[in-house]
Amino acid sequence: MALTREQMAQRVARELRDGYYVNLGIGIPTLVANYIPAGIDVMLQSENGLLGMGPFPRPDELDADMINAGKQTVTARAGAAIFSSAESFAMIRGGHVDLTVLGAFEVDVSGSIASWMIPGKLVKGMGGAMDLVAGAENIIVVMTHASKAGESKLLPKCTLPLTGVGCVRRVLTDLAYLEIENGAFVLKERAPGVTVQYIKERTAGQLLVPDSVPEMQF
Amino acid sequence: MAGFDKRVQSYAQALEGLVDGMTVIAGGFGLCGIPENLIAQIRTLGVRDLTVVSNNCGIDDFGLGILLKGRQIRRMIASYVGENALFEQQLLSGELEVELTPQGTLAEKLRAGGAGIPAFYTATGVGTPVAEGKEERTFDGRRYVLERSITGDFAIVKGWKADWYGNVIYRHTAQNFNPLAATAGRITVVEVEEIVRPGELEPSTIHTPGIYVDRLIQGTFQKRIEQATTRSA
Repeated sequence: MALTREQMAQRVARELRDGYYVNLGIGIPTLVANYIPAGIDVMLQSENGLLGMGPFPRPDELDADMINAGKQTVTARAGAAIFSSAESFAMIRGGHVDLTVLGAFEVDVSGSIASWMIPGKLVKGMGGAMDLVAGAENIIVVMTHASKAGESKLLPKCTLPLTGVGCVRRVLTDLAYLEIENGAFVLKERAPGVTVQYIKERTAGQLLVPDSVPEMQF
Repeated sequence: MAGFDKRVQSYAQALEGLVDGMTVIAGGFGLCGIPENLIAQIRTLGVRDLTVVSNNCGIDDFGLGILLKGRQIRRMIASYVGENALFEQQLLSGELEVELTPQGTLAEKLRAGGAGIPAFYTATGVGTPVAEGKEERTFDGRRYVLERSITGDFAIVKGWKADWYGNVIYRHTAQNFNPLAATAGRITVVEVEEIVRPGELEPSTIHTPGIYVDRLIQGTFQKRIEQATTRSA
C-alpha cells in the first residue's frame, strides 16, 4: 500500500533531531509539524520572517499581523523571534537552517529538482523555493513516486524548468524512502506491502537496490 | 513641515509627485502588512504604466489587486502571484509583464538597493530559468549568479507605530518586506496605525530609522486576513 499523506509526514518527522531549526514547505511538508517525536524540540522557520512558529490561533487570538509563509494565521511559540524578509533569507541562504522539507514535481539522479513551473500552465512563481534549495545542506523532498498515469517523477534528468541543481540528497515518496548517491537513487526503505519490483517499475532514473530493503513501520 | 518632522496631513500629500511610468516598491507579504491606504491612493490618482515591486500582487479586490483592476501596472516584479484572477488575465493578454524573482533574491535586491550596492552574487537560481542571460562566477568551487539590486521612485510601507521623525516599528510578521522597501525608495512614504511624539519609542526597538523615511501618515486599516486558520479552544 502506498503511504497516505499523514504517513509520509510521519516518516519525514523521524528525520528530525533535537535542536533542529526546520523549514517546512506547503502541503505534506506542513503536516510534519503534527508528528514531531516526543522528547525532542524543533524550531519551525517560516520564511516570511518567523522563527518559532506555533499552532494555529484559537478563534479569539486571530491576528492579521501574524501569519506563516502559506498566509495562514498562526501563533508564535515561546522563544520565537520575528524579523524582516532579508533576515529570514539570510538564515536560509547562509545555511543556518538545519533541515528543509519541500514538495516537487520531479527529482533526478543528480539531485536536481523541478518544483515551480510547468510550461504551458500559468506560472505563479517560485516564492522562496529556489532560495531554500540553494541554501540548505539538508533537504528532504516529499512527493508522489509517479503521476496518476503511472509516469515516474524520479528521473534520469528533470524535464521541467529547474528550481535548483544538484541540491537534493533525500527523497520520500508514497512508495519509498531513497537517497541520491553517485548519480543514482538508492532504495533505502519501502512502504508497507510495496514490493521492490513495483518501485523499480515506477523509477525512471537509475535505481540501486541493496540486498535488504526494510519496510517502513507505522 | 519642519526639521525632522515627516508627518503629512493627507494621502494626496503623501503620494504627491507620483506620476505615470514610475517604479513603486511596496512592502507586505500576501495581505499581511500591506500599505493598503497608500495603494488605494494610487488607485485614486489613476497613474498608469507603473512598475510595481512587491512579493505578491494582492487579491482581486484588495491590496495591489485594485491597481490591476485599474490597469495601472505595466510590469510586476514579484516572487509569487497565485491569488489573483485579474493578474492571470492581464498576463495572458500581454497587458502586464511579470518578472518572477526568488523571494530571498527579491529581499536582497531591495536591501542591497537601499544600501548602495548595485549588484550581488547569489547561489539562488543557478542553473534555472532565473539565471538565464545573467553573469555567473565561481567562488570556492560553487557557482553564483550576479543579480542587480532594485531601487524605486517611491516606496510605500506599512508600519505599526512611528514617531514624528519617521522612526518606525512593525508589528509581528507584518514586518516582512517593509523595512527593506523603506530603504530602497527615492521617496519613502510610511503609513502607520499610530504616530507618537519623538522620545516615546525606545531607540533600540526601532526597525526603520527615520533617515529612510520622507513622509509619514496615520491611517485606519482593514487588515484583511487571507486564510483565517484556527484551532478549537
